[in-house]
Amino acid sequence: MDPYALKSLNVERRARRAAILVTDLGDGRDRIVREGDPVAGELGAAIAKAFRTGNSGSVEVEGRTFFLNAHLPQPRLVVIGAVHISQALAPMAKIAGYPVEIIDPRTAFATPDRFPDVALSAEWPEEVLKRQPLDSYTALAAVTHDPKIDDFALKAALDANCFYVGALGSRKTHAKRVERLLALGASADQIARIHAPIGLDIGAASPAEIAVAVLAQAIHAFRSRGLESKGAVA
Amino acid sequence: MENSIYLDEARDPLIIAEGWMKDGKDVAIATVVETWGSAPRPVGSHLVIDADGNFHGSVSGGCVEGAVVTEAIDVIGSGEAKMLEFGVADETAWQVGLSCGGRIKVYVERLG
Repeated sequence: MDPYALKSLNVERRARRAAILVTDLGDGRDRIVREGDPVAGELGAAIAKAFRTGNSGSVEVEGRTFFLNAHLPQPRLVVIGAVHISQALAPMAKIAGYPVEIIDPRTAFATPDRFPDVALSAEWPEEVLKRQPLDSYTALAAVTHDPKIDDFALKAALDANCFYVGALGSRKTHAKRVERLLALGASADQIARIHAPIGLDIGAASPAEIAVAVLAQAIHAFRSRGLESKGAVA
Repeated sequence: MENSIYLDEARDPLIIAEGWMKDGKDVAIATVVETWGSAPRPVGSHLVIDADGNFHGSVSGGCVEGAVVTEAIDVIGSGEAKMLEFGVADETAWQVGLSCGGRIKVYVERLG
């Protein structure tokens, strides 16, 4: 392995950015490919797939065998709002492989008693996200219904290019939210990325069912990264 | 299922390999490149080895690490990468093997 490739790979991994180490198993030469780097042909297609799935493996191209070692950051879910939906969402998401952090400045909601075994911050999103910034391997679900708490986090999620951004509320509520986000400087394209009403349309009625709908939507967004042009995300 | 969102730098094989390199050590990196059946560690897993036989990470559940370390010390000496294959424990075919019944292919290369 090229020492420079190892250093570059570790820089990407520490920064929670995806990278693939491509090794020619014939001559041992290797290089780092970052997400979004253009690679043509069959190798490029295999690399794109590895970024999407996170699966490593070999690919044969024109008589040469390349090993693609996919290093994807651990995806995570940040939930704004320590509400009833979040109580169901946190354990479900963790089981599905998406560790959860819950942020809600309302200390009556954000209690360890209501959220055992979950990273919980009884602070304003502004404060928490300053310490632990959002990134493209983070999903954000805003479920407080309170613009004072949700709006900043939603704007931050759009700016950080979170792989999923969802916001609880009816279409009417969302229309008002769109006005506020525009006033905060978000672009129309950015705002179009918000899933609102939140969750896949499975007719969810209870808080736990809404949690299933949100988690499914977030997983779909994660596994279809880079495929946006080929099919609309539900 | 405890997935930390940040690297566990004290135990991450590739971070350790970089540290060894900075300390001027000779290092080999072993990578699982293919698995068949019930292999204990997924494709892409690493074991990193220094010239003294110190190692971190894993390519199996401990079944074949000893053999990989021995081969890695050779690779550090020669600079020639090797592809190793381990199957079910079978005295006639292999000195070491995987008791789980799977098979793995491990690529061992020198760093630098």
